[in-house]
Amino acid sequence: MFLNALLLALREIRRNLMRSFLTTLGIVIGVAAVITMITLGNGATRLISEQISSLGSNLLIMRTGQRMGPGMSGGARFRIADAEAIEAQVSSLKAVAPVVNNGATLVAGGTNWSSAINGSTNAYLIAGNWTLAAGRQFTDEDEKLGKAVCIIGSTVREKLFGTQNPLGMELRVKKMTCEIIGLLASKGQGAMGQDQDDTVIIPIRTAQRRLTGNQFVSSIMMSMKDGVDTDRVMLQIRSLMRERRKLADNDEDDFNILDTKQIAQTLSGTVGTMTSLLGAVAAVSLLVGGIGIMNIMLVSVTERTREIGIRLAIGALEHEVLLQFLTEAVALSAFGGLIGIVLALFSCLLLSHLMQMPFLFDPSINLLSFAFSAGIGVVFGYMPARRAASLDPIEALRHE
Amino acid sequence: MSTSVTAIHPESGDASAPLIAFRGIAKSYGQGQAEFQALRGIDLEVYGGEFVAVMGPSGSGKSTAMNILGCLDSPSSGAYLFQGVHVENMDRNQRALLRRNFLGFVFQGFNLLARTSAQENVELPLLYRGEPPEKRHKAARESLALVGLDGWEHHTPAELSGGQQQRVAIARALVTHPLVLLADEPTGNLDSKRSHEIMELLARLNRERQITVLMVTHEPDMAHYARRVVHFVDGLVHSDDAQEGKACS
Repeated sequence: MFLNALLLALREIRRNLMRSFLTTLGIVIGVAAVITMITLGNGATRLISEQISSLGSNLLIMRTGQRMGPGMSGGARFRIADAEAIEAQVSSLKAVAPVVNNGATLVAGGTNWSSAINGSTNAYLIAGNWTLAAGRQFTDEDEKLGKAVCIIGSTVREKLFGTQNPLGMELRVKKMTCEIIGLLASKGQGAMGQDQDDTVIIPIRTAQRRLTGNQFVSSIMMSMKDGVDTDRVMLQIRSLMRERRKLADNDEDDFNILDTKQIAQTLSGTVGTMTSLLGAVAAVSLLVGGIGIMNIMLVSVTERTREIGIRLAIGALEHEVLLQFLTEAVALSAFGGLIGIVLALFSCLLLSHLMQMPFLFDPSINLLSFAFSAGIGVVFGYMPARRAASLDPIEALRHE
Repeated sequence: MSTSVTAIHPESGDASAPLIAFRGIAKSYGQGQAEFQALRGIDLEVYGGEFVAVMGPSGSGKSTAMNILGCLDSPSSGAYLFQGVHVENMDRNQRALLRRNFLGFVFQGFNLLARTSAQENVELPLLYRGEPPEKRHKAARESLALVGLDGWEHHTPAELSGGQQQRVAIARALVTHPLVLLADEPTGNLDSKRSHEIMELLARLNRERQITVLMVTHEPDMAHYARRVVHFVDGLVHSDDAQEGKACS
């Protein structure tokens, strides 16, 4: 009996191929949208956590000023001595790197390129999870004397030197000419979509003397040893800094410490929320698709009143007509679901490629969307099917 | 009083007992002031192998009687015995089963499924009876051959003439080997040549295969093919060849 209903339903769908396709379009788009949104969202979450961990695991970044809110008071700037004090007094830190950030135009061999200049120490490489692809780190002498040497990121190398080996070549940073001693291994895109490889690292004293012309430090990066209690370390750093900055008990901190792990969690959480939200919006389109099916099925019942009359007259039972129409609706929506899954697969592959995100195939969401679309067929197909089954055969046969 | 289709056995038909018996069948529509009596107490008996034409002006109740005979509708009062079984109080599904198993319908407007081949149209009643595909195909081909349409199995109604469409409809009605073939104005949509062809077909089926045919028509020409004519006027049987015959003899 069920096979019969399926046969009749498929025959009916085949007979109205164009209309059937248009009817399912809502479901196709709905399913494709839901799966695409969630798959891309999962990919984005994965990407962010990968990028954050590439920034350096267990990394703390300290800046001056309160974290947020109005009147972000500047507070006194850090000096190299602050970093040295932290390194000396706070245990469980792997590396402490004072950083001077500066943007500058670089010139080499007649080409120029704007990039981020970071004045720091070798500790910066540890804290920032950098490895050298070629060349060497700074020597003690480079750091102490503020020599004109630099380590460049792969983007800078590519833009200024192409495929040449840049080691030993000269690079002009503002008015300073420095020798390239190292090349960083590529890290790719950062958590905020910035190019992490577009950077030049020079010794901090060189940056202070030649670029900024003062003794200040923009931020201090600290990487913690594995398995230490972040809160405790942050508290130690905080109390040390409060002491150094002579803050009274009732004064608020005029500096802040960012925990990258926490940022990662926050960002992943945000992306997760966005994913759910987009998924929910897409689910609404799935619902609209279901209503589309109901609409067409209702029209179809009216249009096929005579046919239903014939079926009833030659002995179709009420539940057989009901089953036929219900099967038709479910077959339509299930087909729509399948097409939607295929469409989603292609759009996910394309979009994740374009957005340079990992493509994470999630079978459960595919299965769920399919089941949901078939369920929509049952829910929205029932009413039209009920109406078809309860027609009076005499009336139905008279219908033009 | 049994109201189950299972009480009806096609083989148990006693030739001397009527296949169909109406006992004071009445049917009214509407209520109160608007009440309209379509049938006002019909007595009618049809025996196996008969070819009966029901005639009458429009509004005489012949179509209503046909709907009740065909178990598409139930009477307001009176008794309807089908092979001696009371069917007047059957519910919708019981009546559907009765139609499926024992009745064949031919309509004025052919009522074939559009965009569906002749073969599939004829197979439809078998599909609802749950026959397996091979059996369906075979029975449908045989039935189409019976009405002279072998070779036309794969044509859709749009590709067939009116006469051919009505033949497909007759093949569909016969494919289940019904006890009665009910034809409601079967020639109403056909020109005179095709009408006579259809009537000859029905007469031949009745004569050669002893198929009981009950036909409603308003054309005396067509009624001539029947071996018995019943006239309806104002919801009552006005004249019946069978009773007149009895009266004469």
